[in-house]
Amino acid sequence: MITFMNNSDSEEEPCNERTSLMSAESPPVPSYQDGLQASEAGEAQAHRKRRTGSSRSPGSGVSGDVSHLGVPVREGGLENEEEELTLKYGAKHVIMLFVPVTLCMIVVVATIKSVRFYTEKSGQLIYTPFSEDTPSVGQRLLNSVLNTIIMISVIVVMTVFLVVLYKYRCYKFIHGWLILSSLMLLFLFTYIYLGEVLKTYNVAMDYPTLILVIWNFGAVGMICIHWKGPLQLQQAYLIMISALMALVFIKYLPEWSAWVILGAISIYDLMAVLCPKGPLRMLVETAQERNEPIFPALIYSSAMMWTVGMAKPDEAARGASQQTWNAGVDGRENTLHPESEMPERRSPVSARPITSFEELEEEERGVKLGLGDFIFYSVLVGKAAATGSGDWNTTLACFVAILIGLCLTLLLLAVFKKALPALPISITFGLVFYFSTDNLVRPFMDTLASHQLYI
Amino acid sequence: PAFGLFLFTIARDPLRIIILIAGAFFWLVSLLLSSLIWFIAVKASDPRDEPLQKGLLIFGVMFSVLLQEAFRFLYYKLLRKAIEGLVALSEDGCSPISIQQMAYVAGVGFGLMSGAFSMINLLADSLGPGTVGIHGDSQLYFLTSAFMTMVLIFLHTFWGIVFFHGCEHRRWWEIVAVVVMHLAVSGSTFCNPLYVGSLVPSYLLMAGAATWAYLLSGGSAQNVRRFVLCKS
Repeated sequence: MITFMNNSDSEEEPCNERTSLMSAESPPVPSYQDGLQASEAGEAQAHRKRRTGSSRSPGSGVSGDVSHLGVPVREGGLENEEEELTLKYGAKHVIMLFVPVTLCMIVVVATIKSVRFYTEKSGQLIYTPFSEDTPSVGQRLLNSVLNTIIMISVIVVMTVFLVVLYKYRCYKFIHGWLILSSLMLLFLFTYIYLGEVLKTYNVAMDYPTLILVIWNFGAVGMICIHWKGPLQLQQAYLIMISALMALVFIKYLPEWSAWVILGAISIYDLMAVLCPKGPLRMLVETAQERNEPIFPALIYSSAMMWTVGMAKPDEAARGASQQTWNAGVDGRENTLHPESEMPERRSPVSARPITSFEELEEEERGVKLGLGDFIFYSVLVGKAAATGSGDWNTTLACFVAILIGLCLTLLLLAVFKKALPALPISITFGLVFYFSTDNLVRPFMDTLASHQLYI
Repeated sequence: PAFGLFLFTIARDPLRIIILIAGAFFWLVSLLLSSLIWFIAVKASDPRDEPLQKGLLIFGVMFSVLLQEAFRFLYYKLLRKAIEGLVALSEDGCSPISIQQMAYVAGVGFGLMSGAFSMINLLADSLGPGTVGIHGDSQLYFLTSAFMTMVLIFLHTFWGIVFFHGCEHRRWWEIVAVVVMHLAVSGSTFCNPLYVGSLVPSYLLMAGAATWAYLLSGGSAQNVRRFVLCKS
């Protein structure tokens, strides 16, 4: 147990949020990268301390969430056309992000509503040591604030740690760390999740089948996320692990702490990404100097480069594909940045019809969103579903609020062309809507419904 | 049916989806404000006074309707600005989406959100034991709710089209007509559980609004005939 815990400790992913528009282009390409803003959404390790002393091993699900919102990088001479294309594709990108965020939230809400396990209180994370079972309101508030402070400081520490590692080029360490943590996430959490779901629906499954299923799931996941794989599958896996992580958070964070943490994280995100001295910003700038893609982890990428049948020079294509799928790898950085169009984009005029074979390699820019963003959005919606008196209206309201926040953030992205934190606006909207819907709208709608009045 | 509308006409185009979600958001905000007002009114008044509560409820409903229409107007303004932006950005000088399409999508957005809010708790409850109206209420509660919700969603869609058209061409009477219709529909629901009083007028109004919107969008009786008879 102890060794496992130590391992899990080392699996802690950096809680850095990096918002960087990394253009993985070769140096000659003028990079329109806008500052990398690294925001670290630290997913603290999910050390579960079971008070009931269950036999489950603690898992550490650290996810360094980086909430970045990257701005489409525009290349070279065809600036105007590219600009228009960018913004024209803007709507498409928004949808490309809507869909996975929606899917993640649906999975989380469906699980919360059906599986009892995730709404039972049975212990807290080691990062939130103060209990909320106290009788007085003031005490409870105090406890939740203290919990939040501890959590945020853990995140900050992890972020700084990651930045330091990155600065000193300890890539192997970071890679190993990420691999370990995703391993744990894929296997352990899936096992628990599957167990609970099967319990809820009273379906029996014997151990060999279970092992087979989990092994397959986990192995394919590891390959897909860290290496190559079909884009859809990669995206699906990223969504699933985000949902699992969010479920863990929902279960193990006490109520008030969860809300305060959400608020604090978005403030932290904002500061870490936009302040010149923020660790994430330094990280992003370092990465930019070295012209490397941001971490091959923790980012959800919505587009890909097809590298089939290259008609183009190899390095360019390879560089492009590398960057593309790197970005798509198990990312939990809350980074949102449009995939910079690779050098290929420069030479072919954008006016060429996209159907030509060569253009196959010039994929439309995708947008990248850090997985931490997914996770926190899902935590918000899941908490709304779990604790909002079981009211679907609240959940729906939060959902719409988050989507609108994402829209606005992307709009700002297009305007500012800098990496932006993806959390603050959405989370603020979500929180506002949650509390207002729960307290104000619900009695109104209930009264209306009981008289069957329609507005 | 509303969801089918969504799938067939909106889900293809990402811009429309954004407009839809934004429309839903605006409706939500209007609902929020109106429930805030109602809440304050209720808290400030005597909770035991039944007729007063009922009166407050009616007031809340009317106020909410007015607010919804106000937000529809605000949304129209926003979309106008957005269209100008889109035109400036597009390659061939014309907007990828016309104001009528936007009107339609906005209407659907409003409608979907209001429908969802009205129905979804009912749906969740309907998964429970099958005891409808066991305390002497009408047994048709679910059915009528479903129909009412559907008619309301459609109405929102049509109102969206008419409203935007009215704003475009500065025909104030169209806007006023929409508001009055909305008030009428909400008011008719006060007759519930006397369902004939609310459902029938609503459907009639919906038919009227549908033809109006259709005509405004450039349709005509000839088009309909051609469509129905499958002429080319």
